[in-house]
Amino acid sequence: MRTENLIGESGIIITIILIALPVLVASAILIARALSVLKNYLKKQELEKFNAYLRNLPQEEIERLERRQKELEFSLSNTELAGKNPPVDSKGLISYISDAETFRFVEQKKKSQPRPYVDPDLTKLILWYLGCATFWLLFGTTVGEYLGIKFVAPDVDHLSWLSFGRLRPVHTNSVFWGWASLAMLGLAYYVVPRVSNVAVASIKTGYASLILINSALIAGSTCLMAGINNGGGEYREYIWPVMALFGIGVIISLINFFKTIARREDKEIYVSNWYIISAMMFLLVIAFIAYWPSWQNGLGETIIQGYYMHQGVGMWFMLFNLGLMYYFLPQQLNKPIYSYSLGILAFWAQILFYTLIGTHHFIFSAIPWWLQTVAIVGSVGMVIPVVAGTTNFLMTFKGSWNKLSGSYTLPFYLIGIVFYFTGSLQGTAEAFRFTNLLWHFTDFTVAHSHLTMYGIITFMLWGFIYTIVPRLTRKEPPQITVGAHFWLALIGLLFYTVPLMYGSTLRGLMWMDGKPFIESVDLMAPYWLWRAIGGSLMWLSHLIFAYNFYKMVQKKNEIIIPDSPLEILEAKRKLTTESLA
Amino acid sequence: MTFFNNHTKLFSSALALFLGLTLIVAIFPALNNQENNAPLPNALPLSKEAIAGKQSFIANGCVACHTQQVRNVDMDKVWGSRPGIAADYAGISRTDFWRNTATLMGTERTGPDLTNIGARQPGIAWNLVHLFQPRAVVEQSIMPAYPWLFEIKDVVGVGEVEVMVPDKFRKDIKGKIVAKEEALNLVAYLQSLKQTPLPDGSISGEFLYKKEPTQAGNEGLLASNLPDGQVLYTQFCAACHQANGEGLKGAFPPLKGSPVVLGDDLELFVKIIVLGYDARAEFATMNAVGKDNKLSPEEITAIINHERSSWGNNAKPIAPEEVKKIVDFIHQTENQK
Repeated sequence: MRTENLIGESGIIITIILIALPVLVASAILIARALSVLKNYLKKQELEKFNAYLRNLPQEEIERLERRQKELEFSLSNTELAGKNPPVDSKGLISYISDAETFRFVEQKKKSQPRPYVDPDLTKLILWYLGCATFWLLFGTTVGEYLGIKFVAPDVDHLSWLSFGRLRPVHTNSVFWGWASLAMLGLAYYVVPRVSNVAVASIKTGYASLILINSALIAGSTCLMAGINNGGGEYREYIWPVMALFGIGVIISLINFFKTIARREDKEIYVSNWYIISAMMFLLVIAFIAYWPSWQNGLGETIIQGYYMHQGVGMWFMLFNLGLMYYFLPQQLNKPIYSYSLGILAFWAQILFYTLIGTHHFIFSAIPWWLQTVAIVGSVGMVIPVVAGTTNFLMTFKGSWNKLSGSYTLPFYLIGIVFYFTGSLQGTAEAFRFTNLLWHFTDFTVAHSHLTMYGIITFMLWGFIYTIVPRLTRKEPPQITVGAHFWLALIGLLFYTVPLMYGSTLRGLMWMDGKPFIESVDLMAPYWLWRAIGGSLMWLSHLIFAYNFYKMVQKKNEIIIPDSPLEILEAKRKLTTESLA
Repeated sequence: MTFFNNHTKLFSSALALFLGLTLIVAIFPALNNQENNAPLPNALPLSKEAIAGKQSFIANGCVACHTQQVRNVDMDKVWGSRPGIAADYAGISRTDFWRNTATLMGTERTGPDLTNIGARQPGIAWNLVHLFQPRAVVEQSIMPAYPWLFEIKDVVGVGEVEVMVPDKFRKDIKGKIVAKEEALNLVAYLQSLKQTPLPDGSISGEFLYKKEPTQAGNEGLLASNLPDGQVLYTQFCAACHQANGEGLKGAFPPLKGSPVVLGDDLELFVKIIVLGYDARAEFATMNAVGKDNKLSPEEITAIINHERSSWGNNAKPIAPEEVKKIVDFIHQTENQK
């Protein structure tokens, strides 16, 4: 490089600016200091002159000043209109009277509202589901974090059980079947009976389902690390006997929910239950087709793989979460969903288009060309349910935006909805033939799956969990750690995905240019580092979430000083009966 | 609507719609593909060792980073001479009752595609070093090391293969590094991965999205019409001879200062590139890089000229015509055999 060009190099310019910044700031401070000394000196001289004038102030001038002072001090007594009567709110219209006595570091957010009645046994079951889900989130993302580190430090260990190829499916399957699935089922045990207006059919079988799913995860993760897997299809790495445990678990819960709905007191079936029951039926269908142990030779395997993995994502996680959203969002905003029929349109459109798109993971491969085209068309069709769903949610939000800043749960909902829109449409864009050239086989896919499985599914689930657990346990999580959880997860996700997408685009261009492969590995190194940094923030946020969850469910009885009228009267009654007894 | 207020009707109609679409886009095409395709008649079945090697390929999850599919797009030309077709996968059936079919097509290319790795990189010595510690041969590689496929022994037994690992990567290792059977099987599997040519020699399907051919400079200079030698070197030679041309002690000879590279015996030089070399006991056998990868005389010339002018090497460039003559001659004698 020639030296005269050095000044034009962006790296040099940035370095110069970075060095110049503190120097500039320091000189600015210096100048400000000098000016203030000068100003002080001038003021002092002026004060001396004024003091000389004061010494000879005439008496009438002093009187005039005193009179004026009295006039300025006049104020109202605050009882001119109300008189001397104490304030009364006879219709109970005013709540959340806040007095600004204490200094606040964070804004006081709205507390959760108690539910009329939830069976304590059901509460316990739901908390078990959510607790197990939290465990698998921690386990799965700890593994994921470690995998991210391996991209930067491939020699961090040399153990067969922890090698990259074996651990990667442990990460994906734990967060899929452990975290998201258990959390969804746990929340459904709350939603399905509530919108049916009856008690859940059986709490006991709920535990059977939970135990089966957990044992599938333990057996599956152990098998994968020991080198026993199904042959490589993504999210189909568990062998069928393991996945059968999971499937039976889902069947048990499905029967339970179906019986509950059959006994419902309302005539209508609320749309949440459409989504939830269908998601469970569809998951069983795809798992059965994908795992039936006597077919799929040759390309049959690839076609079923494309179908299976994408239906798993779209028909299980997405459909289920949309169902939960149709209950929780109107609930949290305290208003009905904007359009019930839009929800129904989205439901049928999702089934119609999503089922077609599986093979878009194998564009340009040896599978039939017509099937690839159908998948691309289906991906474009997905615009309909996605736009319908997003519109519905945002229009429900409309007019209640002010609630956003006063709630610690709604930000999770909003981020979930925003990513539902961007993440899903990104998927459509990725399915086109040209973008496949650029992005297929790169880490762009990994970034996309995190934007969706994390940005949509996980954020929504967190929102739902923070909504109902305090209602069930009457214990709020510390607001400040909920905020930390939210921001670390969101910023972490952006640090994870944005550099990865940018680097992958460059990598794709390099491949299209026919550059040697190893140069593209070199290129990715800084973006893989960013991914590890973003992943660490996400992982940290999960530790905080686990802490929050613990704070919401811990058994320890806190000493609560009653403050609402209800609580005060209750406490008084208790004390009176105690003294009588 | 009353229809939607009946849970049995509602859920069975949703299920029916889903099942109907599933039949059309998944079950029928899958059945059709598995029934109506057969492997190419000249496709070689996997050997016993290769079958065992495929098992460790599956067990270690190699498919997480390596695809095995050549798409019908121009950018995939580097991975095979023709796009993959259904017949390439037709011979693969369920691994066993417990485990599904492993076509291993993959969805991520964190590492290179392996469809044709058996032709591109067949040397057993290179593969073993690479499995033991990928960074010993490819500095920038982020592939995991697989030391548990090897054992440390004081004496190398009969029929066993010792792996020549550079000192930097054998700290705390006292004895000799010997490949276990599993490592040898895995290499056998990798060596078996070659695209089967179509029986009638035709090319199935076109590579789509061709790159616009760049206009060659009109100065008439020889060098400017040749492909980029450095790129070709990185792609075909650097894995063994290294980017700095110094090779690896005990495995791959240096090209820096090599008499073959710098000397005047062009015929020997071209022959080594096209047909491979196994004349020196202290180094591993070199495979037929030129023949296996169908390198053109222009590409070979570009590689030769790059090697003659890099890492301090300083010999005069060769004209492609001379190389073409030798290549033609090699092909003639090869065909007579």
